[in-house]
Amino acid sequence: MSSPRPLPRLDPDNRFFWTSGEDGKLRFLQCQDCKTFLHPPRPICFQCLSENVAPSVVPGTGVVDTFTINHQKWNPAMEVPFVIARVAIDGAPGVFLTTNIIDCAVNEVEIGDKVEVSFLQQDDVWLPLFRKVG
Amino acid sequence: MASKEAYITGIGQSQVGQKLTRHPLLLTMDAIREALDDSGLSLADIDGISTYPGKMSGYLGFSPVGAEDLIDALHLKVRWYNGGMETSAQLGAVATAAAAVKAGLARHVICFRTVYEAAAMARPQDYPMPRPGRVESGSQWTAPFNATSAVTWVAQYAMRHVKKYGMTREQLAQISLTDRKNAMLNPRALVREPLTLEQYMESRLIAEPMCLFDCDRFSDASTVLIVSAGDALGEVKATPIRIAASAYRSERHSWDQTEFMASYPTGAELWKNTDYKPKDVDTVQLYDGFAFLALTWLEGLGFCGVGEGGKFIEGGRRIALDGELPLNTFGGQIGAGRLHGFGFAHESVVQLRGQGGERQIKGDPKVAVAASGGGPLASALLLARD
Repeated sequence: MSSPRPLPRLDPDNRFFWTSGEDGKLRFLQCQDCKTFLHPPRPICFQCLSENVAPSVVPGTGVVDTFTINHQKWNPAMEVPFVIARVAIDGAPGVFLTTNIIDCAVNEVEIGDKVEVSFLQQDDVWLPLFRKVG
Repeated sequence: MASKEAYITGIGQSQVGQKLTRHPLLLTMDAIREALDDSGLSLADIDGISTYPGKMSGYLGFSPVGAEDLIDALHLKVRWYNGGMETSAQLGAVATAAAAVKAGLARHVICFRTVYEAAAMARPQDYPMPRPGRVESGSQWTAPFNATSAVTWVAQYAMRHVKKYGMTREQLAQISLTDRKNAMLNPRALVREPLTLEQYMESRLIAEPMCLFDCDRFSDASTVLIVSAGDALGEVKATPIRIAASAYRSERHSWDQTEFMASYPTGAELWKNTDYKPKDVDTVQLYDGFAFLALTWLEGLGFCGVGEGGKFIEGGRRIALDGELPLNTFGGQIGAGRLHGFGFAHESVVQLRGQGGERQIKGDPKVAVAASGGGPLASALLLARD
C-alpha cells in the first residue's frame, strides 16, 4: 500500500517503539526486574510495580492471532483490499500488535500463520508491518 | 437521604433523523420534555444530570451537548452531575446516576445521550471533524495500519468466531434481519424498509466477515431516561422500572490486547450483582453498532456458551419478536438509528411497561437486559417491573 497513513505523534512513552525499526529491530517495553512485557508502554510494571522498565529487542517474528480483509476505502487514496491483523509477538508473552500483513494475496492469510516484521518508514516513524514466512 | 433502590421513571426521545437542522440542544430538550411528561415531573424536580460522553468540543457531531450546557441553558439547580467518556460505555452514565440517587446525592436525574453525527458530516463547517494530523492515545495502535474505523477492530473478533467456532455469515445476518424487521414496527426508526437474507448476502463487504448491513448508520437524535430514588416514587405517575442490577467492567482499555471483549466479563458481573438468572429475562436489548457485538453480548450474558452465538441465533426464530428471547424489539441501532447506547434502555422500559404497540412482545414481560458497548467498553443494566 502506498496510500498515506495516519502517523503517531511521538512522545516520551512511545518514541522508542515507533523509531525502533531504524536499526531493523522490533522492541517492546519490558520490566527489567520480573521480565514482564508491557504494551502499550507504561512507566510501571503491572506485575511487580517496578519502575525499572526499558525497551527490549524481540525476535521480530509472530503468529497471526486474528485478522480481517478490509474492503472499504476509508479515504479516496486508499488501495483496497488489504489485510489488517492482530499478531501475537514471539518472545513477548501476552503482547499483540495490530498491523498489516503485506507481500501476499489477501486470501492467503490464515489464523496461525507465522509472520515476520518488515518496517515501513514514513517521516520519523518506522511502522512494523508483517509478512508471511515459510 | 439514601435510598435502597433506583428506578427509571420517565423516558423520552426526539425525532430520529439524518442531517437534521434543529439545534442539538433543542433536540435534547425535545427528549427531555417527553420524558418529563411521561414521568409527571417538572424541570423544578430535576436535581441531577448524567450524560455520556460529555461535550466533545473537538468532535461536536459525536457529542454536541454536555451536562454543563444543559444546566446553564435551563438554569437548573442541580445537586449532582456527571458527564464523561472515561466510564465503561454509554449506559455507564445511567448506572452512575442510579448509584447517585441511592447515595442520596440527587432524587431525580436526567440521563441523556445526544448524537449529531449525520448533521455534522453534512455541515462540517459548523461541526468539524477532528483535525487530521498525528494520532495519539489508543488510536496510535490502530490508525497507522489503516484500521481507523471500529468496524475493522470488531471484524477481527468476528473473524475468530468464523475460524474457531464456525460462525457463518448466514447466522450473523440474523441480527440485522431481526433489527430491520422490528424497525418496521417502530414509527421513530431511521430505517423502515425490509431487508432480505439474499440482499444481506449480496451486499458489499466492509471488513470481512462484516458487510454493509452489519453496520449502524449515523443519526441525529437525543434519548433521555429519568432515574429516580426509590423513596421519590410518590412524585411520579409513570410505571417505575427498577434498575435491579448494573455492571461495567473493562479489563484492558485496548481493542487488541484481550481475547474477549468487555461484554464477556461485564455479562458475568451482572449476574453476580443480582438474584435474577438469565432464564428470568423476557427480552434483551443489546448493543449492535456492529451486528457482531450483539452476538458477543448473548454469549457474555450467558444466554449461550462462548462460541455458540452463531448457532443460537440461526434462522432467527429464537430472537424474533414472538420468539423465546426477543432481541432489539425497536430495531436496534441498525434499524432504529445510531442512538448510541441509550436506545437499548429506552426500549427495555417501553417493553416492560407494555407500551410497545405493534411491536409489543407477548405475555407479561417483567425483566429485561439493556447492554451497551463493544471492545474494551461495556455496561449492562438489568431492568425489572415489580
